[in-house]
Amino acid sequence: MATASTTSTFDVLRIREDFPILNRKVNGQPLVYFDNAATSQTPQQVIDVIVDYYSNYNANIHRGVHALSQEATDAYEQARIKLQKHFNIPQAYQTLFTSGTTHGINIVASGFSEILKAGDEIIVSALEHHSNIVPWQMLCEKTGAVLKVIPMTDSGELDMNAFDALLSAQTKLVFVNHVSNALGTVNPIEEIIAKTHQVGGAVLVDGAQASPHIKADVQALDVDFYVVSGHKMCGPTGVGMLYGKEAWLEKLPPYQGGGEMIDQVTFEKTTYAGLPHKFEAGTPNICGGIAFGAAIDYMNAIGFDAIAAYEHELLVYATQQLLEIEDLRIYGESKDKTAVISFNVGSIHPYDIGTILDKLGVAVRTGHHCAQPIMDFYKIPGTVRASFSFYNTKEEIDVFVAAVKKAVSMLG
Amino acid sequence: MSSIQEIQQEIIEEFEMFDDWMQRYEYMIELGKSLPLIDDKYKTDEYIIKGCQSKVWVHADFNEGNIEFTADSDAIITKGIIAILIRSFSNQPPQAILDADTSFIDKIGLKEHLSPTRANGLVSMIKQIKLYAVAYQAKAES
Repeated sequence: MATASTTSTFDVLRIREDFPILNRKVNGQPLVYFDNAATSQTPQQVIDVIVDYYSNYNANIHRGVHALSQEATDAYEQARIKLQKHFNIPQAYQTLFTSGTTHGINIVASGFSEILKAGDEIIVSALEHHSNIVPWQMLCEKTGAVLKVIPMTDSGELDMNAFDALLSAQTKLVFVNHVSNALGTVNPIEEIIAKTHQVGGAVLVDGAQASPHIKADVQALDVDFYVVSGHKMCGPTGVGMLYGKEAWLEKLPPYQGGGEMIDQVTFEKTTYAGLPHKFEAGTPNICGGIAFGAAIDYMNAIGFDAIAAYEHELLVYATQQLLEIEDLRIYGESKDKTAVISFNVGSIHPYDIGTILDKLGVAVRTGHHCAQPIMDFYKIPGTVRASFSFYNTKEEIDVFVAAVKKAVSMLG
Repeated sequence: MSSIQEIQQEIIEEFEMFDDWMQRYEYMIELGKSLPLIDDKYKTDEYIIKGCQSKVWVHADFNEGNIEFTADSDAIITKGIIAILIRSFSNQPPQAILDADTSFIDKIGLKEHLSPTRANGLVSMIKQIKLYAVAYQAKAES
C-alpha cells in the first residue's frame, strides 16, 4: 500500500527478525501486537541469554566459592552496571534490583512509613496507575499523612498551576509517573522535581512507561527515586530497578528481612548489610537481572533516539488514520506523548471493539488500564488502547485501522 | 414449554448455520440488541456484577414455580451472550436450572467468553443464576 511506505531509514524489517513471536498467528491471522505498554516482546538475543544462564551457569549468587556461583554473580553484577550506566546512576550500589516497578514503589513507600508523621503531605498525580496510588493511601492511613492529588486537564495533562498550589513546607514526597500508561502523556517531571526540591520534598518517578522510549538520566533530572520494570524494555517479567539517591537509601530502613540483607546476626542484634544488599533480601531473580541487562544492551544497540523518532512516526501515522473514522475520540492529546493511542468510537464499549480486534489478530488493551481515576474524569468505562513499539510497522497500523473499521461496522 | 436441554440444542442448531466467526458474532450482536432490557429500577449497584471489562446486571423473579431472569450489560457482545444464557435458563424451575450446565456455549464456539480471565462478568453471572436457583428452591421447599 502506497500510504504505508516507511519514510524513515529505520530498518524495522531487520529488527523484526529478532522477535520470533511476531511470526505467530492469532485466530488464523498474522499477529499484530499493539499492547506494548502492557508488556514488550522479547528479542532472540535476550531469550538466548536466558537459555544460556539455565544451560551453563545457573547457581545462587554472592555466597558460593564454586565456579558456577562466581560466574552467575559476575554476570548479575555486570547487569547491574549496565543498568547503572544506562540511567547514568552515580554508583552501582544505588542501582537496586527489584521484582518490578510496583516492588520499587513499595520499598520507598514502606521506607517513608518510618519517616512521615501526622500532618505531612504526599502529592500524587491524577494520571497514576492503581499500583501508584494504593501504597500511598496505605502509607497515609498508617502515618496520618495527607494524600493530595494533582488534577488533570481535558487534554490529559497535569494541571501544573494546581500543582504549584499544592506544594508547601508540609510536602514530604511527590509521586508521579514519567509517562502515563493510560494516555501516553509525558509529564513535566523536571519542573516537578525542581519545584518539590524548593520546598524540601523528595520525588519518586515511575519510569515504567517512559523507559521503553526515553533514556532517563537520573543525575540530570536530579530525581530522588526512579523505578522501572524489565518487561517493558524487552526484558523478562519479574525484574525491575529502583534507583535512589545515596542519602535516601542510607536513611530508609530495609524493606524485608532475610538472607543477603544482613551483616551480622546474633540473637541480641542484627546489623544490616550495606547498599544495595540492604534492599535485596533473599535470592533475587538472578536470570531475570542478567536478561534485563541484555535487553538494555539490545535497545541501546538500536539507539533510543532512533527508537523515539521511529515510534513518533508510527504515532503520527496511526493518529491520522484513526481520526478519519467517524465519531472516534482520542483521549490524551498532549503534544508530548509516547506512542500510545487511547480511544473510543461513539458509544461503542471498548470491550466490544477489543473482542472483534482480537478475532482479527490485533492485540490491544481494553478497559480502564488500572487508571480508574482517569476514566472517571472522562466519564467513560474505559478505552481501547493501542501502544506501539519500535518493531511495529505502518503496514500493521493499516491492518489495525481496517480492523477497527470492521468492528465499528459490526457493532455500530 | 421446552426444557433447558431442548433450548440449548436449538441454539446449537441455529449457530451451526453460520460458516464463520464473523457471522456468529453478527448474530450474537443482533441478539444482544434484541435482549429485553432489565427494568431500570434493577440497574443499580445491588444487582450489578462488576467485571473488570464490562458490567452485568441480573435480576430474578419467581412466578408459578419458574424463575424469570432479566439482565443487561454495558457491552453488546457480553449482552449477546447474556441473551443466549437467559434464553436457556429463564422461565425454568429451580431444580432444572441447578441441573443444567453451560457446555453448549463451547459447542457454539463462544467458550472464550466464559473464561474467568476475560473478566467480563459472565462467569459471575452464571454463578448468580445458580445462586438464585438455590435460593428459590429452598424457598419453595420451606
